[in-house]
Amino acid sequence: MKDFAQLIKVLDSTNKTNAKVDALSKYFQKAKDTDKVWTIAILSHRRPSRPVNTTLLRNWAGELANIPLWLFEDSYHIVGDLAETIALVLPKVVSQTTKSLTSFVEDMILLKKKSDAEKKAYLFEQWKSLNYYECFVFNKLITGGFRIGVSQKLMTKALSKATAIPEDELAYKLMGNWDASSISFEDLVLKEDNASQLSKPYPFYLAYPIEDTPTKLGAISDWGIEHKWDGIRGQVIVRDAAVYVWSRGEELVSDKYPEFQQFIGNIPNGTVFDGELLAFTNGKLGSFNDLQTRIGRKKISKKLLEQTPVILRVYDLLEYEGNDIRSLPYIERRELLSKLLSNLDLNTLPLQLSELIRLDSWEDVAKERVRSRELQSEGLMIKKLDAPYGVGRKKGNWWKWKVDPLTIDAVLTYAMRGHGRRSNLFTDYTFGLWDDEKKQLVTFAKAYSGLTDAEFRKVDAWIKKNTLERFGPVRSVTPHHVFEIAFEGVALSKRHKSGVATRFPRILRWRKEKKIEEVNTLEDLKEMIS
Amino acid sequence: MKRSPLLEFNDKGIYCAEADVYLDPWRPVDKALVTHGHADHSCYGHKKYITHHSNVPIINHRLGDINVSGVAYGEEFTVNGVKFSFFPAGHIIGSSQIRVEFQGEVWVYSGDYKVENDGISVPFEPIKCHTFITECTFGLPVFKWQPQQDVYTDINDWWVENQLNNQTSVLFGYTLGKAQRLLHGLNPEIGKIYTHAAVENMTEILRSQVDFPETHRITKDTKKEEFLGSIVIAPPSAHGSPWIRKMTPYVTASASGWMATRGARRRRALDKGFVMSDHCDWYGLLAAIKATEATEIVCTHGYTEIFSKYLKTIGYNARTEKTAYEDEEAIANEKETLS
Repeated sequence: MKDFAQLIKVLDSTNKTNAKVDALSKYFQKAKDTDKVWTIAILSHRRPSRPVNTTLLRNWAGELANIPLWLFEDSYHIVGDLAETIALVLPKVVSQTTKSLTSFVEDMILLKKKSDAEKKAYLFEQWKSLNYYECFVFNKLITGGFRIGVSQKLMTKALSKATAIPEDELAYKLMGNWDASSISFEDLVLKEDNASQLSKPYPFYLAYPIEDTPTKLGAISDWGIEHKWDGIRGQVIVRDAAVYVWSRGEELVSDKYPEFQQFIGNIPNGTVFDGELLAFTNGKLGSFNDLQTRIGRKKISKKLLEQTPVILRVYDLLEYEGNDIRSLPYIERRELLSKLLSNLDLNTLPLQLSELIRLDSWEDVAKERVRSRELQSEGLMIKKLDAPYGVGRKKGNWWKWKVDPLTIDAVLTYAMRGHGRRSNLFTDYTFGLWDDEKKQLVTFAKAYSGLTDAEFRKVDAWIKKNTLERFGPVRSVTPHHVFEIAFEGVALSKRHKSGVATRFPRILRWRKEKKIEEVNTLEDLKEMIS
Repeated sequence: MKRSPLLEFNDKGIYCAEADVYLDPWRPVDKALVTHGHADHSCYGHKKYITHHSNVPIINHRLGDINVSGVAYGEEFTVNGVKFSFFPAGHIIGSSQIRVEFQGEVWVYSGDYKVENDGISVPFEPIKCHTFITECTFGLPVFKWQPQQDVYTDINDWWVENQLNNQTSVLFGYTLGKAQRLLHGLNPEIGKIYTHAAVENMTEILRSQVDFPETHRITKDTKKEEFLGSIVIAPPSAHGSPWIRKMTPYVTASASGWMATRGARRRRALDKGFVMSDHCDWYGLLAAIKATEATEIVCTHGYTEIFSKYLKTIGYNARTEKTAYEDEEAIANEKETLS
């Protein structure tokens, strides 16, 4: 645990990628094998499920620190991180632990099934024997989510440096469902071929955004165009008479989308599709908002399945007749995809082809992009015809050229403190628009991004001086500051007080010159619904 | 007849109506008793300033030609029958608490303070009173300081480590107070100590009061090559400015109480954060308040709502008052310009 805590400390205390890679690869070179496996698991969001709920954690931490619960809660809102708050309020102790990371994780797996009294006794024992940083890391293992600026890509890079195995190969090995408590480092990382798992997905290839115009990409004849559909990126695997659906977050979501079970028997074994999961009702493409009714649900009722069926709009083929074809040029993969689909009855399957569009000039591409909203797409994808399917986000062969966002002027009405690097700063804002009579402000969206650090500091200072009321961590403020809010789309919603839901709202700019009387109305927003 | 409280909070500052004087006013007044030299406590434009002797050269430097007179710690003077005296606050050099007594009733206004002896300012002295007006910049139980010597050891170790990696160490601390406290703890045997002009100007003024190690002012003519392996003390506003590029390759750190939380350090994009404050931590505040034996506590700047709520739960009559005081870092970021 000492070494792991030290590793996390180093990773957490530098902003430099190279320093992080160095620290991680050194750790991978000297740690014992089971600790390595757990480190990979933890840094790729595969930690064991939470053994103690946070309410109990807060109560017990407050008790050991000898402070009232409300004071612990208030401190937490300001620090912005539960694991850190606990470590900060507990009495300082000198480290006495000699246990390994693996043995701590094993404790936690067993702890989950124990009684509250046993859990409390275990936590008190650890809290009294770990120094500040070890205690923080220990709490993180319990509460989950090590957000310390270590991406999967960075971890893979460090592991590659430590083992001399190429990054892309490692990225593939680390995909899918593996169990850190049973797999060995040898099987997970070192073995030549570990693709024995049927459900194993390929790493997703991700596009870079085009900032202004794509003309710099060269001859249009080298590029294929697709629309960028607004759903969930998904990989659907058909192998050995079973279907596996993976979302981009490397989450196995087969149970959430039972419609794809129809692929069994209809689509040949040894097929892997890359595409977009989309809501599709009565022959019409649904909005992202429609799809949202499906995303959070674990149990899918028959009614919901009828109301909001989901389809896969497929645009790439990664495995064909049981062979990994990612190294083939995009155009050849598309040809195999068309061939495969031509043998299927697409009217009976939740499967559609995302059309590959070939255009003669970049002007035509720009024209096609203008049609995006009408087609319910977010913009265009521009893909190099002769390029293989890559791993992760790499510049060069795949580009996304999104439509310009919709915008509206709104007023800041509520604010909450942020988390992580924004802890103790009011950076999470709620915005309001005028109602029809222009008498009342109706909140319609929350936004957390889009201002510079300097602007956030200014707004934060203003909020602290212009608070009207406090509701726990939330403050209402004098309506005064106007911001231009950008969003990708807008739809009617029963779940929102305003009756509308905006997609990915963020702050575009601070309109210091505008007065609150000039803010848009809810009616203006509703008119944007397509 | 019931008279109004001995000290009141109005839109200009903390006011003593009986004597017609202000303590640390933030708007221009006739007579101002000033606790220390930070900009939010010693503002421009008063007709008369009264402060501790050690603070006189500081506010003269910051405010220019003002009418100021100095008093010694414990020296009592009377205005309209109200007795005033200054006592050490341990915040920075020349910082004071102000004791106010009238008809047997005693109030103490803490200004900014810390209870640890930093070796460069006269240490905080608890003064018995009925009402204690306290700051609570770090009034949360998550703030717990380590002994100063431990932090100095960490800073010097960091400097040595950077030197071994052929890097320059750039350490941020606000110009008045933190910069000198850092200088006091640096080991000059490790290497040369450079200072930003704003830090050097202030330090020069304070050299007559405290012994500091030798420093080198950074000017236009300072050569890039000279910096390697040395340490640079600069105000926080220098972070991310073009001024700092000359020190490349460098690593940055800040010394501040705010460095206690990871978020604050990450937000500032620093390589390292040393937890060192010129304010009390949670335990320091509680100990200081207890030592005054006061039953009435007024919380001014900092986590006032939370801190006063806690004081009530442990038996004090606590309340909050709005002031224009802030923590130094916020002010340093806004007001200090590069020269």
